[in-house]
Amino acid sequence: MFKCKTAWNKLAPLVRASSTLCLQNARKSVLRHGRRLEMVQRAQMSSGPAGGGGENTLYYVLVGATCLGGGVYAYRTVSGDKERYNERMIDIANRPKQRPSAAEAVTAVVAESKEEPVAEEPTLTEAPVEEPLVTEAVVEFTESEPVVEEPVTEPIVEASIPEPTVETQVTEPVVEASVPEPVIEISVTEPVAEALVVLQSEEPLAPIVEIETKPTPVIIAAHVPEASPVSESAAVSEPAPATESTAAHSDVPEHAAYLLIGGGTASFAAARSIRARDPGARVLIVTEESELPYMRPPLSKELWFSDDPKATETLRFKQWNGKERSIYFQPPSFYVSPTDLAKVENGGVAVLTGRKVVHMDVRENKVKLSDGAEISYEKCLIATGGVPRNLQVIERAGEEVMKRTTLFRKIEDFRSLEKISREVKSITIIGGGFLGSELACALGRRSTDLGLEVIQLFPEKGNMGKVLPEYLSNWTTEKVRKEGVNIIMDAVVKNVSYKNDKLEIKLKDGRLIETDHVVAAVGLEPSVELAKSAGLEVDSDFGGYRVNAELQARSNIWVAGDAACFYDIKLGRRRVEHHDHAVVSGRLAGENMTGASKPYWHQSMFWSDLGPDVGYEAIGIVDSSLPTVGVFAKATAKDTPKAATEQSGTGIRSESETEAVAGTLKAETVAPPRPVQQKEDYGKGVIFYLRDNVVVGIVLWNVFNRMPIARKIIKDGEQHADLNEVAKLFNIHED
Amino acid sequence: MSYCKQEGKDRVIFVTKEDHEAPSNAELIEDDPNDPYEDQGLILPNGDINWNCPCLGGMASGPCGQQFKEAFSCFHYSKEELKGSDCVENFRSMQECMQKYPELYPQEDDDSAPSGGADNAPTASTSTDSFPTSSPDSTPATTKNLAAS
Repeated sequence: MFKCKTAWNKLAPLVRASSTLCLQNARKSVLRHGRRLEMVQRAQMSSGPAGGGGENTLYYVLVGATCLGGGVYAYRTVSGDKERYNERMIDIANRPKQRPSAAEAVTAVVAESKEEPVAEEPTLTEAPVEEPLVTEAVVEFTESEPVVEEPVTEPIVEASIPEPTVETQVTEPVVEASVPEPVIEISVTEPVAEALVVLQSEEPLAPIVEIETKPTPVIIAAHVPEASPVSESAAVSEPAPATESTAAHSDVPEHAAYLLIGGGTASFAAARSIRARDPGARVLIVTEESELPYMRPPLSKELWFSDDPKATETLRFKQWNGKERSIYFQPPSFYVSPTDLAKVENGGVAVLTGRKVVHMDVRENKVKLSDGAEISYEKCLIATGGVPRNLQVIERAGEEVMKRTTLFRKIEDFRSLEKISREVKSITIIGGGFLGSELACALGRRSTDLGLEVIQLFPEKGNMGKVLPEYLSNWTTEKVRKEGVNIIMDAVVKNVSYKNDKLEIKLKDGRLIETDHVVAAVGLEPSVELAKSAGLEVDSDFGGYRVNAELQARSNIWVAGDAACFYDIKLGRRRVEHHDHAVVSGRLAGENMTGASKPYWHQSMFWSDLGPDVGYEAIGIVDSSLPTVGVFAKATAKDTPKAATEQSGTGIRSESETEAVAGTLKAETVAPPRPVQQKEDYGKGVIFYLRDNVVVGIVLWNVFNRMPIARKIIKDGEQHADLNEVAKLFNIHED
Repeated sequence: MSYCKQEGKDRVIFVTKEDHEAPSNAELIEDDPNDPYEDQGLILPNGDINWNCPCLGGMASGPCGQQFKEAFSCFHYSKEELKGSDCVENFRSMQECMQKYPELYPQEDDDSAPSGGADNAPTASTSTDSFPTSSPDSTPATTKNLAAS
């Protein structure tokens, strides 16, 4: 490419020169046709073969050189591709210990084709190797210098590794581990270059592609001999972990009929669904967390209201009817151990904790874990959820600020924040959505007891500003204030700094907030790290893996929960981050993994409670930018979330529809519910969200147990002339 | 009397109880009971048991799921006069299995009635009290919810 450009640059002025020359000649000949014949002739001669010969020759030489250079480049690329493909095949073949014959066959094939690439290799590898080497060496290893200086030795080192592989197939794991290591150690020093050159002529396998395309093995091999340059570790990562951590691998099954990546709500719902429909199914859940599957809503609600001082440890919360339940979906005895999964008679669900899936090979139907283990599957579910977003200003603010910031999502975040709330004097929550508001209320409730100042700041005009219409958002904000929260609206954080043992938050409009600890509740970033290796599409509008209406991404791969951007037949493509959606989509994915072929149809709902007076359930697309129609009645004392839970004995309200479960603790144990006071009459009602005059979302405001009707209206997707008539269906005046 | 106000793009209507007394004239589309897409209740249209019904909680998917399915299927298809009386063996093996997992299937009640009850299959046998709420297992429904499903 370079050559072409430089060649062109050289050519261009020349071309211009020759063209102007031609033009001038033409003009001259036209204007002074008759009289200047001689001169014209002379001019012509100057550009003819004799006079302009020098320039033209140069021109021809340059063009010729360019063509030649282009041809050579193309040839190299093509043969390089073939070589890279062969290398890749060898790597794949070399990895599994049970397939020595395959590895042998592949290496044999590659050995045959080695002649061509050999000569080109050293030069070929230089260009592409340099850049990635520099970046990755810098990132990964301290000894980056030897790496950069001797890029040529690298490919050679690689060559040595497959060699023993070819010879000693049966004892592969052992041999591979022992042989590369000595090689690595000495590779950094010069004498090796000679020895390695010898090897090179035999096996030209230089998986440069390893560096370019697989950063993850590099990371895996970080624990492998420290002195090893990047490319070696890439190859070593396969044999080395094989011997070093065979112990760790022993608890990882090699195959799971149903592999669920991620151990959250969606994954568990899918596991249950699969087990229900496929008798004897063997389901393996692989999760990064060290916890068994649990539900998230209580982490920002019920667990904060529990009387039990041990609630933080046991993660159990008491309901109004005295019964307790744990946030874990099932106790440990429900699960089978991963090692037993293949043997247990009727199958079961096993959970492999503390392991992350880092690579997915869709062609071979297998995944690779962070410790190098591989698991093959028949059907796979990706339910990786997401990670909390952080504000850039906080990320850039340095370690002292980051230490005092909580990104709230998991059990450990809850435990840590709970502890912090007892230790500090002031906590600021950034974000005015579901999580931010719920945490603000939870902490606000404790504020008087603990002597804790709770501040909540967000850019919108009111709590839930992106969900509720303005009048309702304002009303909600007042309620949250009553819970003891100091709310700062229209607040955009400009920067956060650590001063005098306090955090100082500076807003764009100049206001300054001093606090001890910050909780950032500013959204969720869906985890789509596997998209690249698996070749899955990521949605650019909503984020997450793009899947069809049946939650399928590719033939044997489904995605559910927060990470799935799916096609909702009624409401269009969307991505939903709510608990009930995780349950519904997880269940649907499980059904489809066992052959159901059903699209997303049962609309999921969500709910939120902000203190004892404000609670709502909602379904569909609830976006405050849509036009809304709200129908309200005056609320009586009976219309509070507390009352709703007492009545139905449930707390996780989505379950009140289908499963009667442990209810939840609401407010204090003071018996009589407080009389509800409203300044404006937004006590209870129903709000319709419209898109092109069709109801696409409904909020049931302090009106409970009417979700089936709401679901029906959305499913119908009709244009209703008078929404007041539709509102009548909800009987909002009654309990 | 109801009144209405407009706050920008949002319309707000306040209604009294009397306003809403008259039955609604909003039209809803008839539901197709055989819609394959819909979530089904406990019993499918063709008479089979929907093991994936949320109302069953974790019963069909747990370690004793196989035994539970056998026992309940037997009961469901039982044509005996005393329904399920021919399923004693199944229920016994289910109970045996459940006793091995007391954490999952708390044995609060010694009442191991195989004649657990027509609709209350999930609450049948040993698990009468344990299912509804106390176990960590997010467990099956009460009759109210079964009826709803």
